Amino acid sequence: MSDAQAQLLVMFIKAAAIYGGLLGCAALMTLAERKFSAWMQYRIGPNRVGPWGLLQPLADGVKFIFKEEVTPDGASPWIFRLAPLMAAVPAMLTVAVVPIGGEFQLFGVTTQLSITNLDIGALYVLAIGGLGVYGVILGGWASNSKYSLLGGLRASAQMISYELALILGILSIVAISGSLDLLQIVEGQKGTFLGFLPDWNLFKQPLAFVLFVVATFAETNRHPFDFAECEPELVGGFHTEYSSMKFALFFLGEYCAMIVMACLTVTLFLGGHAVPYWADAPWWIEAGAFSAKAGFFLFLFIWVRWTLPRFRFDQLMHLGWKVFLPLSLFNLFVTGAVISL
Amino acid sequence: MTDTRPFETQSAETQPAEARPVETQVFEYTPGAPTELELDADDPLHGEILKLNMGPQHPATHGVLRLKIELDGETIRDCYPDVGYLHRGKEKTCESLGWRKFFPHTDRMDYVQPLMNNCAYAMALENLAGVEVPGRAQELRVLLMELSRIMAHLIYLGTTAIDLGAVTMFFFTFTEREKIYTLLDAYTGHRMNNTYVRLGGVYADVDEDVAREIRAWIDTFPAKIDEFEQMLTGNRIWYDRNKDVGILTTEECQAWSLTGPILRASGSEWDQRKALPYSGYEEYEFDVPVGTIGDSYDRYLVRIEEMRQSVNICRQALDRLGKSRGGDYLLEDRRYVLPPKQRVHESMEELIFQFKVVTDMRLPKGEAYTGIESSKGELGFFVASDGTSEPLRCHVRAPGLMNVQVIPLLAKGRLLSDMMAIIGSLDFVMGEVDR
Repeated sequence: MSDAQAQLLVMFIKAAAIYGGLLGCAALMTLAERKFSAWMQYRIGPNRVGPWGLLQPLADGVKFIFKEEVTPDGASPWIFRLAPLMAAVPAMLTVAVVPIGGEFQLFGVTTQLSITNLDIGALYVLAIGGLGVYGVILGGWASNSKYSLLGGLRASAQMISYELALILGILSIVAISGSLDLLQIVEGQKGTFLGFLPDWNLFKQPLAFVLFVVATFAETNRHPFDFAECEPELVGGFHTEYSSMKFALFFLGEYCAMIVMACLTVTLFLGGHAVPYWADAPWWIEAGAFSAKAGFFLFLFIWVRWTLPRFRFDQLMHLGWKVFLPLSLFNLFVTGAVISL
Repeated sequence: MTDTRPFETQSAETQPAEARPVETQVFEYTPGAPTELELDADDPLHGEILKLNMGPQHPATHGVLRLKIELDGETIRDCYPDVGYLHRGKEKTCESLGWRKFFPHTDRMDYVQPLMNNCAYAMALENLAGVEVPGRAQELRVLLMELSRIMAHLIYLGTTAIDLGAVTMFFFTFTEREKIYTLLDAYTGHRMNNTYVRLGGVYADVDEDVAREIRAWIDTFPAKIDEFEQMLTGNRIWYDRNKDVGILTTEECQAWSLTGPILRASGSEWDQRKALPYSGYEEYEFDVPVGTIGDSYDRYLVRIEEMRQSVNICRQALDRLGKSRGGDYLLEDRRYVLPPKQRVHESMEELIFQFKVVTDMRLPKGEAYTGIESSKGELGFFVASDGTSEPLRCHVRAPGLMNVQVIPLLAKGRLLSDMMAIIGSLDFVMGEVDR
């Protein structure tokens, strides 16, 4: 096997593993969501399909496939079909640049555990991740339903106000690590801070961390910011009229986006795959550490959803424009001042 | 009609004079008036109104309420509630069924608190018949009514929380409600639709073990209320969603004939249990919680505190029941009350009494109205009899209907999301609104 062939093979294996992992995690997240919510609510949760309900996502998938696809009268046929794809695909694409583990050897090729390593990784994540909202807006608009339209409108306004806080949060990290390369950002977080803390950006940029985490909730349309679906008011919001696999794609997109956002938070603020106090950990330990950190944030998504009431739409806009934007600008300004001094 | 009996409402002399002012007020809301947007149709920037039909099948309309909403963006320009989707003709049914057989139908009006309806209807009939209920029966009724109040407020809390996004609260409150159901199952023989109250008392005495179980549950419940409050009262999102939403002043409440927690949240202390006591409420010690400005948040706080007070009353009722053990729980009046089954088997007269009560129970000619403090306001039954066994008229003053009427006043100019807080805090049950 030549070197080029080996590299190609390794590439395919990594892509298959990471995408398989992402989709598997998204499926497991649906189960986890139902299990955790059940435990919080004195319930048992799914436990019929497979041991401990583990095959429930599979059963759900099969059910979705066999459901009737309904297209409402007056729906824009192509956009209506395209929107679920547009919601699901960008979330899956962004995971390509997230470094999940450190370097390792496979077929004589030295590589690290991420599909690719762009030197503008952070920019790529923002650019592709921001596309996801088009699926929601177009899905809401193309459904020819008033509830869907309102959901789509809310989604668009919400995305604009929260992407700013998200971008400014990433910018302050880029400023202190001096690179848009996610691997570089992770490398910069190895070692210790103040002698005893792990050198995570979380401790250097606590304000940016809080703003970023809240913005990820809004970015992924999760509770308490899930205005686009907001079932008590808008029935199902943008996906009111969607059924069958089209609905499943929206669902998949939401869970993939959650996973990507959790990975991104870990990469930017919690040292990515870096294991605290163990600089040269083997790659599989690093991947485990990464998964554990990301798992915490995924749990946070579920925890918050089943605990808090929902914001009102204007309160969200107020929070985004009048609180988060000035705070993130202030944070960026202070970061810049400290760096230049 | 000429009746031999005077119109027997609870007498007007006992009311405090300032409690029920008759002055009415003209409000800005006029249904069907042209809205701002319709008026400026010549404006080049003139927008369009989105007419949204919310319900009758909508997750947040608490049953089958239909709201025709006119939206300008997210702002509600106008709102027309449309009721009647659950109309089953209950009042008319009473006329053909007769007084006794209507009891199960009262269960199905406000189905989150069937016993409260039972009691109100029974009291109206007793008022018309002019009979006095034995003391133990009144204590049993008080216990049941206060348990019903807690059940209804738990429903309010759970459904309002789920409408505002706090899904877990719904399960917390329903877990507690389920415990009351289990108790009522042991107590009355049914979980829901109990049909436990009779003219002249209640169907059966409470078992001593059941009373002990109720007391055990009551001892655990205040801690649960604290838990609910930890989840919501200080929660910034909950506060923001409810504060200053749907403000109703005392005058507005009176003009729209709103009673109960909604009236008390606006600062008025009007409570039927204190102002016009029935079933011996004057002997119980409890406080009437009042709000300050009458918004959704005040209504929430008032209802939370009412649950605590209901727990107090339940305790006192259980104490009284412990003392009056062995007393009569049903009136010994063969005109209205069935004789015990054993005696029917042994005595010819009792058999005749049973036959007469079942087939031909007559109430005296006349009319009567009795209102009680239900969880949603004044629940009143007006009954009129012409002296035959067929009821002449049975009318229900359902507090829920008044609560629905006020939706447009509160919703106009607010956001669509506020609709959830408004509907939730008005707390109506469509079974009672439509009847």
